Amino acid sequence: MSDSTDEVRSYTVRLELVDEPGALLNALEPIASNGGNLLSIFHERGNLTPRGHIPVEVDLEATPERFEGIVEALRGAGINVIQAGAERYSEAITVVLSGHLINTDLSDTVSRIQDATNATVTDLSLSAPEGTEDASSARIRLATEQDAAESVIDTVREVAGEKDLRVIEPLGTGGDP
Amino acid sequence: MRLAVIGAGAVGSSVVELASDYGHTVTAYADSRSATVDADGIDVAAAVERKQTDGLIGDEDPADAVGGPYDVLVEATPTTLGDAQPGFGHVETALQRDRHVVLANKGPVAERYADVWELERDSAGTVLFEATVGGAMPVLSTIDDFDPEHITAVRGVLNGTANFILSRMSAEGLGYEHVLAEAQDLGVAEADPTFDVDGTDAALKGVIVANVLSDDDTEYALEDADVEGIQDIEGSALELAAEDGRTVRLIAEVVTGEVRVGPRLVPEHAPLAPTGTRNIVQLETEHAGRLNISGRGAGGPETASAVLADVGRLPEL
Repeated sequence: MSDSTDEVRSYTVRLELVDEPGALLNALEPIASNGGNLLSIFHERGNLTPRGHIPVEVDLEATPERFEGIVEALRGAGINVIQAGAERYSEAITVVLSGHLINTDLSDTVSRIQDATNATVTDLSLSAPEGTEDASSARIRLATEQDAAESVIDTVREVAGEKDLRVIEPLGTGGDP
Repeated sequence: MRLAVIGAGAVGSSVVELASDYGHTVTAYADSRSATVDADGIDVAAAVERKQTDGLIGDEDPADAVGGPYDVLVEATPTTLGDAQPGFGHVETALQRDRHVVLANKGPVAERYADVWELERDSAGTVLFEATVGGAMPVLSTIDDFDPEHITAVRGVLNGTANFILSRMSAEGLGYEHVLAEAQDLGVAEADPTFDVDGTDAALKGVIVANVLSDDDTEYALEDADVEGIQDIEGSALELAAEDGRTVRLIAEVVTGEVRVGPRLVPEHAPLAPTGTRNIVQLETEHAGRLNISGRGAGGPETASAVLADVGRLPEL
């Protein structure tokens, strides 16, 4: 069977790194320590992603199971994985939610967005300057497949609507510097 | 050209004062209560001074100005929703008399575009309305030059008051109410800023753009727009946006026949994130990429300059 879990395959992972010393090393460490065999690294220094990060393309070999662990470890280390193997997380959407986020169960809000779409929450920041009882805001970054952004935003709007939260949506295009 | 200027607010009075600079003569000037009419040209200084001292422009009736001697009626009365009166009535009278109309008042072209168009079709006069979208910025004339057929989307910051509030909140970490009060003290926000902060003003401009872009006779009015304002936007939302290199702006967007106005996340240094009261419009063109037009979106002399630019575009009657 070609999809046997112990068969080693090659994968391409696209990462976004911040322009800081050691960022590349930090990104490679989870690959090695989770049983990946590094084949090549293409470090596009000087080329920036729309968010101002440096794109890095890593080719590696691993079993499908180990590969999953590698992607998880990378995300756990705070590294933005835009593409992992054939699965392409090519769109990153950032939204800001405001309102009674804590009282309306923020983790439920996040899981409902993830469950209803193919999006993954890759980053979440919360600001509750008046304490948890008052209105607060959360910035959520979602990674999703290309062309799925519209339906992900529809879902965010729907879940937020039920919980009486305000959504500040990204401007799809036209906002590029 | 001989101009009848109806409306004596910031825009109307600036048009009256600047007209001669552009080689035009003001032959009638009216507000809602009074008027002065003179086929050889009114005494502009006297009318402006009298309006300031006793609140009246002259001894004649406003209807005498609308029915008076002129080539172009400049409609600069306050924007009204729904039937767009009394502005619409002034447009109707002028067109029925085969005169040109230049609008600074958004009401007629935002709420009754098809009615205005029908009147224009039966008239020797032409209607232009550059000043209704983006104040001094040449937005509608640029769309016209490029041909609406070759414009795929229009996005912009079209309300200086809302933009001032959002950019101050973002820069200073201040709350909505605090910045609104500051804006009112500075004269950036009016005593009743409702239409600026609830998105209505930006939406009217978006609707006008949608009407201009419409290629299938679909008529748009305010009720067709999806509008969300910036009232009580959380300071923490702006703070989180800033941490991520973004900011929030009240964006009006016209794409494929949809008009949408609301606070949106945009990259901090993007063209669509101007600071202060500055406005910007971004045209997405079919063959020429993006075109940005920025400048002052409001103000008496600024908007009057757009009115006078329209007057200059009109053919001789």
